[in-house]
Amino acid sequence: MIPEIGHFALVLAFAIAICLAVFPLYGYLSNQQGFCATAKPLALLQGLALAVSFGVLMYGFLAHDFSVKYVADNSNLDLPWYFRMSAVWGAHEGSLLLWALILAFWGVTVALFSRGIPDHMSALVLSVMGMISVGFLAFMLFTSNPFVRILPFSPANGADLNPLLQDPGLIFHPPMLYMGYVGLSVAFAFAMASLISGKLDATWARWSRPWTTIAWAFLTLGIALGSWWAYYELGWGGWWFWDPVENASLIPWLVATALMHSLAVTEKRGLFRSWTLLLAIAAFSLSLLGTFLVRSGVLTSVHAFANDPERGVFILGFLIVVIGGSLTLYAIRASKVSEPGEFAWISRESFLLFNNLILTVMAVSVLLGTLYPLLVDAVGGGKVSVGPPFFNAVFVPLTAILVSGMAFGPLAKWRQSEDPRLFRPLIVTLIVSVVVGLAWPSILGGQYSIGTAIGVALALWVAIATAVDFVKKVGLYGGVGTTLARVERGMIGMWLAHFGLALTIFGVVMVENHTEHRDLRMGVGDSQNLGPYDVLMTDLTVINGPNYVADQATFEIYQGDALYKTVTPQKRRYNASGMVMTEAAIDSGVTRDLYIAMGEPLDGGDWAVRLSVKPFVDWIWAGAFFMGLGGFVSITDKRYRQRVREEKEAGAAEGATA
Amino acid sequence: MNRIMVWLPLAVFAILVGFFFKGLTLDPREQPSALIGQPVPEFQLTDLNTGQPLSREQLPQQPFLLNVWASWCITCQVEHPYLTQLSQQMPVVGLNYKDTETAAKNWLQKLGDPYAVQIFDPTGRLGLDLGVAGAPETFLVDGSGVIHARIQGEVNQRVFERQIQPLLETFQ
Repeated sequence: MIPEIGHFALVLAFAIAICLAVFPLYGYLSNQQGFCATAKPLALLQGLALAVSFGVLMYGFLAHDFSVKYVADNSNLDLPWYFRMSAVWGAHEGSLLLWALILAFWGVTVALFSRGIPDHMSALVLSVMGMISVGFLAFMLFTSNPFVRILPFSPANGADLNPLLQDPGLIFHPPMLYMGYVGLSVAFAFAMASLISGKLDATWARWSRPWTTIAWAFLTLGIALGSWWAYYELGWGGWWFWDPVENASLIPWLVATALMHSLAVTEKRGLFRSWTLLLAIAAFSLSLLGTFLVRSGVLTSVHAFANDPERGVFILGFLIVVIGGSLTLYAIRASKVSEPGEFAWISRESFLLFNNLILTVMAVSVLLGTLYPLLVDAVGGGKVSVGPPFFNAVFVPLTAILVSGMAFGPLAKWRQSEDPRLFRPLIVTLIVSVVVGLAWPSILGGQYSIGTAIGVALALWVAIATAVDFVKKVGLYGGVGTTLARVERGMIGMWLAHFGLALTIFGVVMVENHTEHRDLRMGVGDSQNLGPYDVLMTDLTVINGPNYVADQATFEIYQGDALYKTVTPQKRRYNASGMVMTEAAIDSGVTRDLYIAMGEPLDGGDWAVRLSVKPFVDWIWAGAFFMGLGGFVSITDKRYRQRVREEKEAGAAEGATA
Repeated sequence: MNRIMVWLPLAVFAILVGFFFKGLTLDPREQPSALIGQPVPEFQLTDLNTGQPLSREQLPQQPFLLNVWASWCITCQVEHPYLTQLSQQMPVVGLNYKDTETAAKNWLQKLGDPYAVQIFDPTGRLGLDLGVAGAPETFLVDGSGVIHARIQGEVNQRVFERQIQPLLETFQ
């Protein structure tokens, strides 16, 4: 009975979504306020219905209701409760439900926090989000219903959650990522609303800026969590694999990054209007495309866990409607957009244009590399694969170019920067970063790596330039004590994000060029040298986990003669699925990670063991954390709150006069 | 100019949709049926044991089983005794799939090596051409190198009697 409540709530949400898609739009077109006013209540109702539906599915997991096929396929009596919760989004149907829930959640936030926006505008925005919701809910109900039952003979036990996903990182990674993906739908909806209404001035940019920034921040954290999870769970010790699914999240991220920057230009200067609209459409379209690529089986990938051509046809149809429709509307309307105003060659606009250009080229090259196997296959060229060499060869130089320009943007002024003195601090920055960058590989010792020198110089270049900008701007406002509170939060967010990128670049350069890595044969009593440490295997045992059996090795790590730490990597075999997973032992540190993973059992009771020292690897994710934090800080900017308050006061005044 | 340029994104998307649509019909899971009746794809790999180059021409000239396996694959261990028994009856060619040389050799040393030829495919290139979804998979190939059946998962006596034996009889 209870699963049927969830199913019913899902159908109800679908019906509400149809109303949400139709009524406000009709109200806008026929100029009837009453219909427009349905948008906010409908958005709230839809959120409620989907929350019930989601809650019921989660209850099914917690209560071991194996009569629900999705639960039976993805849970097990032995599965710990926290993984039973995250198992809700562990496979295709449930992750779609999460997607729909988050879309509804963003709809609710738009309904609640759009008081500064004219009613007909928020009605259109919610209507567009309703249309997207209709597509997704129809997809779920007709091809991927999570509430399908196995009755009357339901299994006594479930098939268990994919062991790869039985990990704390996976509890948070998909929701974060979806918050980002789906959050981009708000910027998309604003762009569409302004295209529908034909009001193509800069106001839509002002409204959609905070939404874009927060979606971007979630996307950043989601990607970083995924990369961190891959690092410690997949047992290879890599942090990025250029896998189609990873690329599917990186492409919208690159476009959303470009969008954030071009929105700034559109809002402040009214320029790039047509381009910004296109980016807003592209960012969300590419998120949808990512979903299509992952879910349809068009591309084979290590984590395409729901390959089904029938579903693929449905998603493709949906993509055609959403992307094709929005691009058509764009083509009809955008040709009428005028671009008032000019800017000089050296101005903040031109640097942001440069930023957009490079980011777009990056996104297009990653997209091409990801789709290339498909394109070649489609024209009968057979199966090819595009690997990391291609992506690295394209991505690394483009990043270097992008980062070289990054220092100038914040220092430049809008319209024009006639005054070359603005860039004077960069001369010192350049000298310091080049000198330290060139010296850095020598300080490290070992073979001199020019790649490291360039990478470190670039990271320093950004970090110092950000610091210089910080000191200059804080100086404008007076002493350090009172200033931070007075500087625009958006500015602080930018500093954090730029500084974060510098940290990430430094981490990537160090770990890619200076990882010390060895695959060895080790048995109990064997000792191996690892960087400044000696690693001794002291024990090998078999451990019984809740739903797996593991071979566990105990390693004592010595620094000189003193015991530094004892670690226990495992090789687990999950009972229900028979899958074997590597649980690496990682000792994290600021300057390095020690990484010990068990490979394969060898004859004579020995194991193949993988030992690595990964310098500064955690900086990659620390940088991403700073970027995400920057996004969150910047949306707390006073001007966003002020507008709401002004509106409230205006409302209160109206109420008083009435 | 601008009036034409704004249609460009839509045009690019339309072309992509064409490719995607084609891509859907090329679903990797539909490959097995497409490969049945087709010759084994050409390949240029090495023999795991000898390290010598190996190509399609060096496969047996009589009906044989092409068994995709790897040392990391648990089910491969399960089916290994039965394959060893089968190898008395007909040649079994191994395709060591996405494996390392050391691990594969250790595995064979430990469990015995019934394979007539051992194709070493560490990158999974031939596996991809064959449409292999995972190990183990076994293909029945006739004397002229044409694939007649694909079995996903374990090969045991029941599978042999039901899916392989009837086809083998049609060869004679």
